[in-house]
Amino acid sequence: MRSELFVQYLVSGLIYGCIYSAIAIGFNIIYNATGIINFAQGEFAMLGGMIASGLAPKMPLAAAVAVAVALTAAAGVAVERIFLRRVARGGVLKMIIVTIGLSILIREAALLAWGESIRTLPFFSGNEVSSIALLGAHFSPQVLWVAGAIALIVGALGLFFRFTLTGKAMRGCSANRDGASLCGIKPDALVTLAFGMSAAIGAVAGCVVAPLTQTHYAIGNVLAVKGFTVAAFGGLGNSAAAVGAGLILGTLESFSIIVVPEAYKDVVTIVILLAVLFVKPSGLFGSAAAGALKEY
Amino acid sequence: MRRFVPALALAVLAFALPPIAAATKTSFLLTQATMSAYYVLVSLGLCALMGYAGQISLGQAGFFAIGGYASSFFSTLNLEAAAQAPAVRLFDAAGLLARGVDSYGAPILSPSPWVACLCAVLIAALIAALIGTPVLRLKGHYLAMATLGFGIVVEKIVRGTKALGGADGISGVPAFTIVPGLAVTGGRQARSANFTVAWVVLALGLLLLENLFRSRSGRALRALHDGEEAAGAMGVDTARYKLKVFILGAVYAAVAGILLTHYNGSIGPGEASVMKSTRYLAIVAVGGMANLTGTLVAGLVLNFLSLRGVFGSFDDGVFGAILVLVMLFGPGSGPLGIRRRAR
Repeated sequence: MRSELFVQYLVSGLIYGCIYSAIAIGFNIIYNATGIINFAQGEFAMLGGMIASGLAPKMPLAAAVAVAVALTAAAGVAVERIFLRRVARGGVLKMIIVTIGLSILIREAALLAWGESIRTLPFFSGNEVSSIALLGAHFSPQVLWVAGAIALIVGALGLFFRFTLTGKAMRGCSANRDGASLCGIKPDALVTLAFGMSAAIGAVAGCVVAPLTQTHYAIGNVLAVKGFTVAAFGGLGNSAAAVGAGLILGTLESFSIIVVPEAYKDVVTIVILLAVLFVKPSGLFGSAAAGALKEY
Repeated sequence: MRRFVPALALAVLAFALPPIAAATKTSFLLTQATMSAYYVLVSLGLCALMGYAGQISLGQAGFFAIGGYASSFFSTLNLEAAAQAPAVRLFDAAGLLARGVDSYGAPILSPSPWVACLCAVLIAALIAALIGTPVLRLKGHYLAMATLGFGIVVEKIVRGTKALGGADGISGVPAFTIVPGLAVTGGRQARSANFTVAWVVLALGLLLLENLFRSRSGRALRALHDGEEAAGAMGVDTARYKLKVFILGAVYAAVAGILLTHYNGSIGPGEASVMKSTRYLAIVAVGGMANLTGTLVAGLVLNFLSLRGVFGSFDDGVFGAILVLVMLFGPGSGPLGIRRRAR
């Protein structure tokens, strides 16, 4: 393989990896706070991109993205407050079914609001033809926006969980909910916050990637499965590992088209998901002993 | 005897409704009623898996598509070019091949639909056995995600494979002659007969499950649903029973896929979509999870309304709303079994 082509595939893989990592981090935040896997996670990324693309012609791009992220976060909060709180003690099966139902409703609402057409956002800097050269390969500057946004999210989350009182309370809550309550922490408020944060992160990912990949009302499903693959691959609940796993998976997927036809690209990821679940459900970076104690 | 009532009612309706429809000039409704019956068969299989054995599956449409696609692939396979090959002649002599003419008048030599159908069921069962062994070791979220992943894999493969028609799917699937004079096929003349076939098949499927659940296996499955460790401790081979019911569910879905594909004369990749799997799940949920009769009634009504286009552009949304509402406000704060297990 020519070296430019290699770099081109590598960068494209890393960019997809960033997006999957962002979705995976969304899964992890909610999983840590509640023990739930939110099957509607991919819809948050879809909502972010779709709202921003709807607003972009009417206002500056930065404002459109900000409003999209805020509205999606509000949707995340609503999902938790209106629906999930009511079934909080209903067991895993019930949670799965409710979040699947919600993902359908969000998707159908998006279809009614924006139709079936494929939408896009303007490039954040430059335009369709501007490019950066690296080792003979050429990229859109948007690539840097994607990588920067994910780096910022991961860094900010790290600081948040380590140094702020709310972040520490969330960690305490995920370690031991009853113990945290005894210390005066209100788990309910933190769960709501977790949904808001998770939705906002999904929306940011959906916005930064929209100029490169376009967006569509039905992208949520596949994004959710891939984000979950990354979360499971890294070890459910571990956000730093999710970034590593995301980059690995994105790269694997990108290079897979050398051996597998493009149409089967998504199959590669899912086969990896199944392999991870069968062989090492605690994840690449997780310990099997800790995994055995968790209730998936 | 009460357990036979729903199946008996189905069988009676299978023969009673066509004349009534003919008398009231509503025979056109039989088409959707026929299709509904096949879709309900998938939900019945899922009901056995979810409601009785407590294992969620979000990939049931995958098995439906495997059945439908395999059967249409084999029954539209043209062996005419290889007609002189020894293997083909042997099959022909054994009566396993069917002759026909295509729309240009050229002769076609294809495996007969019975052969195609049996191959399709075997393939579905085999795939279920292969993926079921590792998948069923998973629980909860991981099981849901793995089955969802399986469904997406099937959809992407049928959509991306040229030999299976890609995004267009396979059309021109021949009629499936069950016995001479009775064929699963579309068209006005065959409408009443096909309605009867579909509802009798559904009645038989229901009867089989009703009997299964009252057997030793059924008790083992229910023990499994209430608590896997406890069932294991009582000497139930949990892995084997789970796999058996998983394969059974896959076979139900495959048979439905085969019959509906021959009835419609075509199949497309949409049949493998996640949304279809979710619809089957919604029907089991609204039917009360571990309730075959509930699943049957809910499935017949919802599929019929959906196929008649009553829900309009809210078609998928209705099923999403059903999932959410049933879980939020279902009887006793939730369908049977789930609550028992959680508390």
